Amino acid sequence: MIPEIGHFLIILALWVSVAQTLICFGGAVRSSPRLIAFPRYSSYVIFLLTLAGFCCLATSFLADDFSVLNVASNSNSQLPWPYKLAASWGSHEGSLLLWVLMLSGWMSAVSLFSKQMPDEMRSLILGVMSAIAIGFYLFMLLTSNPFDRLLPPAADGRDLNPLLQDPGMVIHPPMLYMGYVGFSVVFAFAIGALISGKLDSTWARWSRPWTTAAWCFLTVGIALGSWWAYYELGWGGWWFWDPVENASFMPWLCGTALIHSLSVTEKRGSFKIWTVLLSIITFSLSLLGTFLVRSGVLTSVHAFATDPERGVFILGFLIVVIGASLLLFAWRAPKVGLGGNFNFISRESALLANNVLLVVAAASVLLGTLYPLFLDAMGLGKISVGPPYFDAIFFPLMAPAMFLMGIGPVLRWKNAKTLELATKLKWAFAISLVSAIIVPMVMGSWSVFVSIGLLLGFWIVVSGLVNLLEQIRRLRMGSERTIFQVINSLPRSYYGMLVAHVGVAVFIFGVTLVKGYEEERDVKLAVGESVDLSGYRFSLASLDDLIGPNYSGVKGTVFVHGDDGKLVSTLYPEKRFYHVQRMPMTEAAIDTGLFRDLYVSLGEALEDGSWVVRVYLKPFVDWIWGGAFLMALGGLLAISDKKYRSKRRSAPNQVAISS
Amino acid sequence: MRKYLLPLAIFVLVAIFLWRGLFLNPREVPSPLIGKSIPEFSLPKLEKENSVVTSKTFDGKVWVLNVFASWCTPCLDEHPMLMELASQNRVIVVGLNYKDGFQSAADWLGKHGNPYSAVAVDIDGLVGMDFGVYGVPETFLIDKSGVIRYKKIGPLSSIDIQDELLPLVESLQ
Repeated sequence: MIPEIGHFLIILALWVSVAQTLICFGGAVRSSPRLIAFPRYSSYVIFLLTLAGFCCLATSFLADDFSVLNVASNSNSQLPWPYKLAASWGSHEGSLLLWVLMLSGWMSAVSLFSKQMPDEMRSLILGVMSAIAIGFYLFMLLTSNPFDRLLPPAADGRDLNPLLQDPGMVIHPPMLYMGYVGFSVVFAFAIGALISGKLDSTWARWSRPWTTAAWCFLTVGIALGSWWAYYELGWGGWWFWDPVENASFMPWLCGTALIHSLSVTEKRGSFKIWTVLLSIITFSLSLLGTFLVRSGVLTSVHAFATDPERGVFILGFLIVVIGASLLLFAWRAPKVGLGGNFNFISRESALLANNVLLVVAAASVLLGTLYPLFLDAMGLGKISVGPPYFDAIFFPLMAPAMFLMGIGPVLRWKNAKTLELATKLKWAFAISLVSAIIVPMVMGSWSVFVSIGLLLGFWIVVSGLVNLLEQIRRLRMGSERTIFQVINSLPRSYYGMLVAHVGVAVFIFGVTLVKGYEEERDVKLAVGESVDLSGYRFSLASLDDLIGPNYSGVKGTVFVHGDDGKLVSTLYPEKRFYHVQRMPMTEAAIDTGLFRDLYVSLGEALEDGSWVVRVYLKPFVDWIWGGAFLMALGGLLAISDKKYRSKRRSAPNQVAISS
Repeated sequence: MRKYLLPLAIFVLVAIFLWRGLFLNPREVPSPLIGKSIPEFSLPKLEKENSVVTSKTFDGKVWVLNVFASWCTPCLDEHPMLMELASQNRVIVVGLNYKDGFQSAADWLGKHGNPYSAVAVDIDGLVGMDFGVYGVPETFLIDKSGVIRYKKIGPLSSIDIQDELLPLVESLQ
């Protein structure tokens, strides 16, 4: 009964969405006050209906109801219960339900936090969001119903893919989806602005926190996926430029450009048309990503089961949503107006350069991802595009952007002087350069690649520090306040920017140092043998049988001793065999350290009882994800700035302090 | 005004390709060897020491070359199909034992059954490389003049045999 109830609730949610869309657009056209109030409440209703529907699906999983096709295909009675819950979004159908749940959640949040917004504006935004929701509900109900029955019921389920039976994998999709779907808010803002013809800095002020919030989630989601790949796949890699990874990275790049361009639109009223276009593009890339992983158009280890019928539906949906919004853009963009002028050397132009570099990077990634499809569709053969292409285009584009990160916050708006700039930053540059030259020597070997990476990282941190010190100094001049009072008075969004930028620097340090100094050895080890790597000795002490809830296998015990003979850590790499899906899995054992990871994984068993064992030294690798989390933290700080909560808007141009 | 149409135009172009892409199969990698003669080789025969299997041994007949190894798990999956195919006596089935050993191959065949009229032993995999083999199992269909007509990467399914292999065998006989 429960699956049918869930199914019914989703159908209801669809109808309420239809009602909301019609009323929003009808109400906006007719300016009827009663109609305009409706969407606020219907949003909550849609969310509650969808949440209840989702709970029905989750209940079916937790109760092992194998008469539901989705449960039988993705779960198993021996599966630990947290993974049964996660399995509800582990399939194509279930993940769509998660998507609409998030969409209705964001829609309710917009409804809840938009009390100061003019009613017509809110109406338009909620109308756009419910229109998108209609598409997804229809897609789910017509082609991908998670509540389909399997009759007669299966005796037991086919189990969740062992790759997904992991805590990191459980949180990664919800975080990603919060990000993807969250960009629908700024998309709706953009469409609303185009329809009404009104776009001013207030519009930007409203849309900024929503955009930054979505961006934070997406950052965390991507970082989790990368970290998971590192510890789960067994060979220490963390980014493969896989089509599905790229599908999440492109909206992130454009989202990053968007949060910066919104800052300009808010503070200076410039970049309006560009910001609107970028809002549309970012969400379009989210939708494109949704299409790519479900349609069978590209091969990827990530892709859901492919089905051209579903692919046709999503593509149709994509064409309608993106096509209509770009058409609207072409027609109404001029109404939105151009905004203020600025000089060649100014903060605006630095942010413009930032945007251009990020968007070109996203376009390059898109080109590389779709290139195999282009060639195949034109009958020109089958190729694959991999890391050599992406690495070659990505780093040269990002390096200037990182360099600008040091300069941008220091530049004045509208018109800055080069001499003043150079004076402020010359020490920052000198310190960065010296550090970048010395550190590789300390690490053991010097290379240009490492030095450049380190230079950029140090540059961002040191110039950020210079900026902060200058702000403090300036505010203390001519005032009685203490340092602490001054620090407190700086807006949180400023600290958000600093923390996020430092996060980028930490990320750069991680990537540079790991790529420059990682070491690995693949050896055959029998019990009692050991292998040396970079001053550490890894000894295979024993191999024991392993029995888990839905797997069995082998667990190794590896002692790691340092140079001085002292025991650094004991690691337990496992090789598991999941019975239902008959799939082997490697559980690497990692000793996580602030400055290095020691990584051991079991490869294959050999005939004489020994095993192929892989040991790695990964210096600073955790800085990669630490940096990403710092970026998200910076975003969170920025959102919590009180300027987004105050009822009354103060003067828009608080020049030098603002971020 | 017209410049604002540019994003839409780019999107339409991409959408056309995506539409085409829905009806293509990205996993299908056609072999460049189809229509070409098999590479020359001369390999020791598993069943008979001091005997060889060469590229010319089966000239004038339609034959299937199946690349397999004792260490290969999917080979075990397709093995019953090969046994079935061999028992039908419509085409000669020849094995290419790839990067394996005489003893392990003989043991494996003894344990699971031997569908092959002959097994060529390619210890270092160099002949396999000439055939463009990059994974195991792979299966080739070769016509009477030694030209490759069909290549299957991965284990043979009964559908592959019924719908593709056997009709082709008929037309070549």
